[in-house]
Amino acid sequence: MFDKESLERLEQEKARWENSTVKKVIEKTPERYERFHTGSNLEVNRLYTPLDVQEMDYMKDLGFPGEYPFTRGIQPTMYRGRLWTMRQYAGFGTAEESNKRYKYLLSQGQTGLSVAFDLPTQIGYDSDHPLAQGEVGKVGVAIDSLKDMETLFDGIPLDKVSTSMTINAPAAILLAMYIAVAEKQGVSSDKLSGTIQNDILKEYVARGTYIFPPEPSMRLITDIFEFCSKHVPKWNTISISGYHIREAGATAVQEVAFTLANGIAYVEAAIKAGLDVDEFAPRLSFFFNAHNDLFEEVAKFRAARRLWAKIMKERFKAKDPKSMMLRFHTQTAGSTLTAQQPDNNIVRVTIQALAAVLGGTQSLHTNSRDEALALPTEESVRIALRTQQIIAYESGVTETVDPLAGSYYVEHLTNLIEQKAMEYIKKIDELGGAPKAIEKGYIQQEIQDSAYRYQQEIESGRRIVVGVNKFQIEEEPPKNLLKVDPEVEKIQKEKLSKLKATRDNLAVKNALEELSKKAMSNENLMPTIITCVKTYATLGEICDALRRVFGEYKATVSF
Amino acid sequence: MQGERTIRVLIAKPGLDGHDRGAKVIARALRDAGMEVIYTGLRQTPEQIVEAAIQEDVDVIGLSILSGAHNVLFPRIMELLRERGIDDILVIGGGVIPHEDIPFLKECGIAEIFTPGTPISQIIDFIKNNVKK
Repeated sequence: MFDKESLERLEQEKARWENSTVKKVIEKTPERYERFHTGSNLEVNRLYTPLDVQEMDYMKDLGFPGEYPFTRGIQPTMYRGRLWTMRQYAGFGTAEESNKRYKYLLSQGQTGLSVAFDLPTQIGYDSDHPLAQGEVGKVGVAIDSLKDMETLFDGIPLDKVSTSMTINAPAAILLAMYIAVAEKQGVSSDKLSGTIQNDILKEYVARGTYIFPPEPSMRLITDIFEFCSKHVPKWNTISISGYHIREAGATAVQEVAFTLANGIAYVEAAIKAGLDVDEFAPRLSFFFNAHNDLFEEVAKFRAARRLWAKIMKERFKAKDPKSMMLRFHTQTAGSTLTAQQPDNNIVRVTIQALAAVLGGTQSLHTNSRDEALALPTEESVRIALRTQQIIAYESGVTETVDPLAGSYYVEHLTNLIEQKAMEYIKKIDELGGAPKAIEKGYIQQEIQDSAYRYQQEIESGRRIVVGVNKFQIEEEPPKNLLKVDPEVEKIQKEKLSKLKATRDNLAVKNALEELSKKAMSNENLMPTIITCVKTYATLGEICDALRRVFGEYKATVSF
Repeated sequence: MQGERTIRVLIAKPGLDGHDRGAKVIARALRDAGMEVIYTGLRQTPEQIVEAAIQEDVDVIGLSILSGAHNVLFPRIMELLRERGIDDILVIGGGVIPHEDIPFLKECGIAEIFTPGTPISQIIDFIKNNVKK
């Protein structure tokens, strides 16, 4: 992009500037640190100039939005056409309570739903399972059967909203329930839009809600890919998630590398299962974290987009440009929220949300100020949603596409993150791919090392967290936190026993036996799972039918 | 120091949540501070935790939970310890735990609750000053 002569001149001028102008100032006022780093410990120079991006080829590396390699965004007009989907992750207590919260959020201008399930649901236990004790309805809504799901979406037209469901190991079952609820509303499955997280690999390394071992888990995932490509064509069949990898302590580079390495594993599994890459790849979606370091995060999103496009085109020979587009949801970084001076979190979330928007996200969840303490109150959630609306309607950053492109610093960081992520992916390939690297504990160890380093930096004071290790105040413990009614567990248990007394138990038994039988074959399991949920077999019963055949995953522990 | 017993710590994750970044960071920091540390891994029942503490003959149990089930699971662990006649293990906890729940947990016998943002040095000092064996 720059001619040789002007680069040479620039180099001389820069040296002159450093040796005269800068030197004089530094002698009087030294810089605050000897070395500067991004939030993820990439070294940062004093100044970036065309010298730092001299290898860059505009058409090859950046191109135009909506075109390969999609560095500048996946849509030609980005937010000038349509703003991102404002999608607050929510759900707690019973289906009735969550239904009320969803209707509230929709009435406040939210444009999509995002369902949080409680942990027993995520791990495939009914509310009356011994391990569910104390957990029912706590971090999300409790769903035991299709009955609860019908209540959850009561009065919400499923052909009008898009729904994202954070569900992984039992994703097939919750998707089956969603399809069944829609059918009852008179909405056919081809009209449904939304996302299931369905990303089991990151559960093994970072999030922990696994049920089955890797192999049958991957089979469930490819069954979903195949089923949806035929019957639920507008559904995002997976949300390959770096979010939790980052929350577990990974750096920005590791977030990109491990997420895309998992993505590669899913594509390989689907191809191995006989699917054509362009048949399922356009429905793959991603989920990233937006952390504090504004420019590093923007660069991260851009680098991820470019790298995925190259992987799909060059490695998997995809032909459809949609297969090469990295579409992603973003959530601001929960791990950066502080329990101290919680209102400061509003400011952190603003910066993080801005990074996501400047990075070209397709949808966004902004965390609430009180989430280091408890689930957010309605008021806190409203502020978080308003933060997005202020960025969207007042800040002006939406008026042009990829406004930070061409910044020497941002382009340099974009290149650096892509290059370092690629090095990791190469290393993971050498280990035999992401599933093998996870089995060997390599990815977990890398994340843990970064998490420990981060904490040590806070302990030493090299990393400052306002209100935590600097600018502390004496403060009253916060009041008005949201409390989940402990009665939820009792209510769910009562609903369950009533359900089991009134449904056709023979039909349930037959459907579950059929499912276990199919699980032993190579047949796609989705149709049978849909039959099971329609008989009102519970989530726990369906998972148990699969556990009997698949077994359960046992994690190896290290720290 | 000669004769001084190395402090043995069990870091345990009761409940179903998978957030063990904190548990692992603390486990490592305590190990770096010279303690012997065992980490249970995820999804441990109160029974499993108490059994592991006895098997490993630990001086300290550090409970980490972010699921919101602490008011059910922490008291259960203390009850099981009492049933087994154990009163010389220091039990501490941490995670996303609202302040208003802390007095109840302390009444149940949890020595201290460390909420997000606590410097690890403070946890190390607390253990050294309060270990019972």
